[in-house]
Amino acid sequence: MEKFDAIVVGAGPSGNAASYTLAKAGLKVLQVERGEYSGSKNVQGAILYAKSLEKIIPNFREDAPLERHIVEQRLWMMDDKSHCGTHYRSDAFNEELPNRYTIIRAQFDKWFNRQVQEAGALVVCETTVTELARDASGKVIGIKTDRDDQIVYADVVIMADGVNSLVGQRSGLRKEIKPEHAALAVKEMHFLPREVLEQRFNVKDNEGVAIEALGTVTMGLMGTAFLYTNGESLSVGIGCLVSDFRDHGTSPYVMLERFKKHPSIAPLIEGSEVKEYAAHLIPEGGFNAIPKVHGDGWLIVGDSGQFVNAMHREGSNLAMETGRMAAETVIALKTEGKAPTEANLARYRKALEDSFVMKDLKKYRKLPEIVHKNRQFFTTYPELMSKAAETWFRVDGVDKLQKEKEIFRTFRNGRTLRGLIGDAVKIARAWR
Amino acid sequence: MHIVVCIKQVPDSAQIRVHPVTNTIMRQGVPTIINPYDLFSLEEALRLRDKFGGKVTVLTMGPPMADTSLRKALSMGADAAVLLSDRCFAGSDTLATSYALASAIAKITETEPVGMVFCGKQTIDGDTAQVGPGIAKRLELNQLTYVERIDAVDETARKITVERRAEGGVQVLSTSLPCLITMLEGTNVVRRGTMEDMLRAARTEIPMWSAAKAGITDTALCGLKGSPTVVKKVFAPPPRKEKAKQIDVTGKTADDIAAATLNALFAADARLEETLFRQAGH
Repeated sequence: MEKFDAIVVGAGPSGNAASYTLAKAGLKVLQVERGEYSGSKNVQGAILYAKSLEKIIPNFREDAPLERHIVEQRLWMMDDKSHCGTHYRSDAFNEELPNRYTIIRAQFDKWFNRQVQEAGALVVCETTVTELARDASGKVIGIKTDRDDQIVYADVVIMADGVNSLVGQRSGLRKEIKPEHAALAVKEMHFLPREVLEQRFNVKDNEGVAIEALGTVTMGLMGTAFLYTNGESLSVGIGCLVSDFRDHGTSPYVMLERFKKHPSIAPLIEGSEVKEYAAHLIPEGGFNAIPKVHGDGWLIVGDSGQFVNAMHREGSNLAMETGRMAAETVIALKTEGKAPTEANLARYRKALEDSFVMKDLKKYRKLPEIVHKNRQFFTTYPELMSKAAETWFRVDGVDKLQKEKEIFRTFRNGRTLRGLIGDAVKIARAWR
Repeated sequence: MHIVVCIKQVPDSAQIRVHPVTNTIMRQGVPTIINPYDLFSLEEALRLRDKFGGKVTVLTMGPPMADTSLRKALSMGADAAVLLSDRCFAGSDTLATSYALASAIAKITETEPVGMVFCGKQTIDGDTAQVGPGIAKRLELNQLTYVERIDAVDETARKITVERRAEGGVQVLSTSLPCLITMLEGTNVVRRGTMEDMLRAARTEIPMWSAAKAGITDTALCGLKGSPTVVKKVFAPPPRKEKAKQIDVTGKTADDIAAATLNALFAADARLEETLFRQAGH
């Protein structure tokens, strides 16, 4: 069988970023995807952070299928009846090159992959890579697929095989993802006429709104819910840790139904038609869960390498960054005439560490563990905040000093003074 | 032997929706597939090639984007593909379609004589089953429709024997080559191409033939102009008035859910219970 300069396993954002970068540099690239087409199996909220794509395809806005650019971000803390939180809306987000967009991944990934093909990479879909082929020394020399016993050879294989990294697992590059390191998210696409949607969310043209919510909607499980506006639809979803679902015995769809019935959400989706239902795992183990990302003849990028910043809801951008950096490492070695040995590919790890990808993940490395052990951030606090707001805003003849005292009392009863101080310290630690 | 397989790119009928207000088919965003009936013919052609050698060329008429279906056929093992695409073909009925396809096959024959033409039994969007026989008539090929088995092919004597499903039984038919065959569904299972097929399919530049390239000089026989069929009215069956009933199953056991479902069914139709129990011999 043939030999390629590089084989990329998977056609999500990281695989597409890697394949595109490699092909643009003139390398002979094969990309293998198990879905019917790039995007057919890919699920995300989905918000696209423009910067990471701009570095790869500067003029992507000209023809990429983008839904709306975000001009308003809402962060909600919810109890069963109410929500309180922050809204940030700015006309500054109506810029020439907007910063964040909602996208529909099936369409977006298809577009991205078309750019990959036009850049000269060979893309083969409906083909599952079963394992990596190695030589006697253990060096990765290519792939085997479910189509036949043939090895397709390559100097280097880039693993962009997603959160479960089934190929990586089968090939012994990575262990199975732990339930406490993965969130299971479900979402629905609710279709609404454009005018109704724009009136409801107070937007026009291609402006969009993103709502992130936490609180009693997750029934004590660690997770968040979201609602994003697309062109003519809303993405409504919720996600919690797999281990929490397991321990709690709740089904994701039950939780999503609850979220949709919440008095703050129900009016926003009223009258819409659900046309799609999707679910996906999100790697949320953070810095400490990142596996070894390079070896003799191989590199790991995207979700497969656990590159997700759960705190800031960033994943697909990190996927594109890591995909691009892996490709650039391969290109540089090729130009210098150096072999993709483990030692030489260590440059990729170095590039990651010098970029915001690793810096950010490192910054929040304690976060997963701290919130894991302190459920109050997802349960007690949102409830306390809502109660406080209700007390504060209700005009009922009770004097204001009394109200302040009552709010403080509720907080103290909810968490005790020590608890409150302890939580503040924990948050500060997690942040550092 | 050189075999031509005619395929059609059709909307995936499993994913078509009817617009709730206008009652028209919503084509936008509906994925396209190779007409499923064509796959049985493609596989049969590939098997003959594997057995006797030769070449399988897939042919389709359609818009430029129909090349995805041809590429798919290549990835299943076909050797070559031709896309017949020209604005003048727009609006073709089965008469005009069979004219265009027959012209293209005649053109292919000029350089590589075609021994057999395969077509699907019918398409899932038009359901006419006329294009195959139309091509056979125009090219004066012996036609074997609704074939469920190819018993024997004798290349030197240029003879073929097949089993054809007919009303009330199976006909064993023998005829001389060249011929046109339409395969019955379920007669074989289309193969998955090898990795080599996939790479070849991804690389192949599929030639696009205009009407002129296919040797068609009289475009009055093509497209809307060449189509005597007139669509007088398109309508969808009226949507059902009654809404689906929902049963709350949270926290219930499988037995309870089954009982609740049955009760709901019996409540909706009183005769159902009686009929079911009578059938069950109670």
